[in-house]
Amino acid sequence: MRLLLTLAFLLLFGCGGRDDGREVLKFWAMGREGEVVAELIPEFERLNPGIRVELQQIPWSAAHEKLLTAFAGNVTPDIAQLGSSWVPELVAMGALEPVDTLAAASPSVRAPDYFAGIWGGNVIGGRTWGVPWYADTRLLFYRSDLLRAAGFDEVPGDWAGWLRAMRAIKRNGAARDYAIFLPINEYEPLLALALQQPEPLLRAGGRYGNFRSPGFVRASNFYLSLFDQGLAPRATNTQISNIHDEFAKGHFAFIITGPWNIGEFKRRMPAERQDDWMTAPLPGPTGLGLSIAGGSSLGVFARSEHKAAAWKLVEYLSRPAVQLHFFELTGDLPPRRSAWAAPLLADDRYAQAFRAQLERTEAPPAVPEWERIGQQMRIVSERAVAGQITPAQFRATLDSDTDAMLEKRRWKLAREAAR
Amino acid sequence: MSRYSPAGWAFAAPAMIMLGLFFFVPVLLAFALSLTDFDLYALANMDDLRFIGFGNYAELLRTPLFWKALGNTFYFVIVGVPLSIALSLGAAMLLNGVASKLVGLFRTALFAPVVTTLVAVAVIWRYLLHTRYGMLNYGLDNLGIDPVDWLGDPNWAMPAIILFAVWKNFGYNMVILLAGLQTIPNDLYEAARIDGANGWQQFLHVTLPGLGPMLLLVSILTMAGYFQLFAEPYVMTQGGPVESTVSVLYFMYEQGFKWWNLGFASAVAFILFVIMFAITAVQYRFAQSRGVA
Repeated sequence: MRLLLTLAFLLLFGCGGRDDGREVLKFWAMGREGEVVAELIPEFERLNPGIRVELQQIPWSAAHEKLLTAFAGNVTPDIAQLGSSWVPELVAMGALEPVDTLAAASPSVRAPDYFAGIWGGNVIGGRTWGVPWYADTRLLFYRSDLLRAAGFDEVPGDWAGWLRAMRAIKRNGAARDYAIFLPINEYEPLLALALQQPEPLLRAGGRYGNFRSPGFVRASNFYLSLFDQGLAPRATNTQISNIHDEFAKGHFAFIITGPWNIGEFKRRMPAERQDDWMTAPLPGPTGLGLSIAGGSSLGVFARSEHKAAAWKLVEYLSRPAVQLHFFELTGDLPPRRSAWAAPLLADDRYAQAFRAQLERTEAPPAVPEWERIGQQMRIVSERAVAGQITPAQFRATLDSDTDAMLEKRRWKLAREAAR
Repeated sequence: MSRYSPAGWAFAAPAMIMLGLFFFVPVLLAFALSLTDFDLYALANMDDLRFIGFGNYAELLRTPLFWKALGNTFYFVIVGVPLSIALSLGAAMLLNGVASKLVGLFRTALFAPVVTTLVAVAVIWRYLLHTRYGMLNYGLDNLGIDPVDWLGDPNWAMPAIILFAVWKNFGYNMVILLAGLQTIPNDLYEAARIDGANGWQQFLHVTLPGLGPMLLLVSILTMAGYFQLFAEPYVMTQGGPVESTVSVLYFMYEQGFKWWNLGFASAVAFILFVIMFAITAVQYRFAQSRGVA
């Protein structure tokens, strides 16, 4: 009995040992950001002595399902880093708290300071559900020396010029070299080209796929033609074992990729090639084009009992100075213009194209099914690239697959309309 | 006297209750779930749950990725199970045949992979299988064979997974078969030798029949285990490259926990159950006809 009492005592104190009267804020952050943000928290706790942040680091590969499981089990955190594509899903489940009123009253989080496309990815049904933490988009990394040798001083801003440049590079190169590498197991390059079109990817309020629209026909034909003309290899990114090495050897002159590769290229391109690569905004059909709005946001959960404290953390992490420090630590690009004015970013020549591109981004359709539709786009486009199906069949298949995935959404919207 | 004695029921009750509570009820609930379209919307609001009968099953049979996953799983089972049992049997016979003080050491060493943590050894195997720095390719290179991109090439990823799984699991069957070998009386071998049987004939007519029930047990257990291929692709390849290592269970996991289509995922589980049940029944019938079960 005495032992039992002692045990109970220990348990009580074991749990309560860290309870120092401060408000405990549960914060989930993913992958590298989760590791790095730990360095920013002590300063926040110093500024807010009443709050203790309990940081939970979650690997990216498990993050999405952990959030869903947490919701199902009623143990969501107070605040979490949210991949941009998860926001529509969590909103559909009612897991998030809208932040419009908080943001409107906030002296530090000012919506107009954010890149419109990046902020827009968090607005669903007229309300804002998250505050962008860092921005991500895709654009061109290119070999400036190969482009010059082909007779171009810079990357042309439209598809026609870009195509001419790629053909010239292909002519200049060896027989087994290509102009551009578009990994056929990634759907982002095609998605970026498709977002540049006037027609939305889904029609009738996200009820049906819109992949036979003139815009998607243009984008997919342009994309597929790059393979047919021999400008891009029909290869996955697992078949190209070292993309930096192949890029340095000039096996291809263009890659469509994201900001994390600035650091990677600086590190992994050989020293004698360091002056031969650059970044450029993505060309569009008739001039500089849109690209994908991505990145992560900070979201406050509807079931949280510490929403005010959670918002304080959002405000702190959104400060331009904190965002710059975060950029230094991770290489993640700040989502607000004022942070970009600092010399650290303004003087980075590789970052300038991203600065320009971030002004021209658009988020993929804000439906919970989007991630699956994107995966389907990858699977079906792979077959079209391989020539197993024609471009027309590709678009028809994608439309019917998408329509099937959106069936539940249509049913739900119809039922809500009937009420 | 009644055939249904209360005492008998009383003794069986605890086990029955446990089995009912933790097996039959969940299985029935899962089956009920597989008849609905439980998904993200239903998770948020149970009003959005629809009863769709066998819609999930019909949908499943129309899903190309499910057929691919089924094909991958059969590939893994058809190559992996015989390979694993042959290796176990070979190792068991070697351990049984030699009288050396080192037998104990080898028995432990060969059994060791079974008790290691899969995730931890998967890390080591990823190094072994690495295209450029891997020991496997280093060995192939010495034989003059070009390096193989084990986990990146769609044609090689499944063989790599099979190799890993067989290495990880063969020790368990080895121990069972070793115990079986030790129960075969030496007189039988002696008699066979006197009759002029050579080594192969002894194996075929003494060892194999002697091991009959053991082999049946081992093959049922191994097959049931191998059909549930999941952890290996989950930690080594995430189903890639090009879906070449997506198993039925991995497909179910993705549907259930990545997309949260729990109704659909439950249907996958029941189809897998039916397949495994059918195959085990066939195995059992076969063994019965040969008089070993």
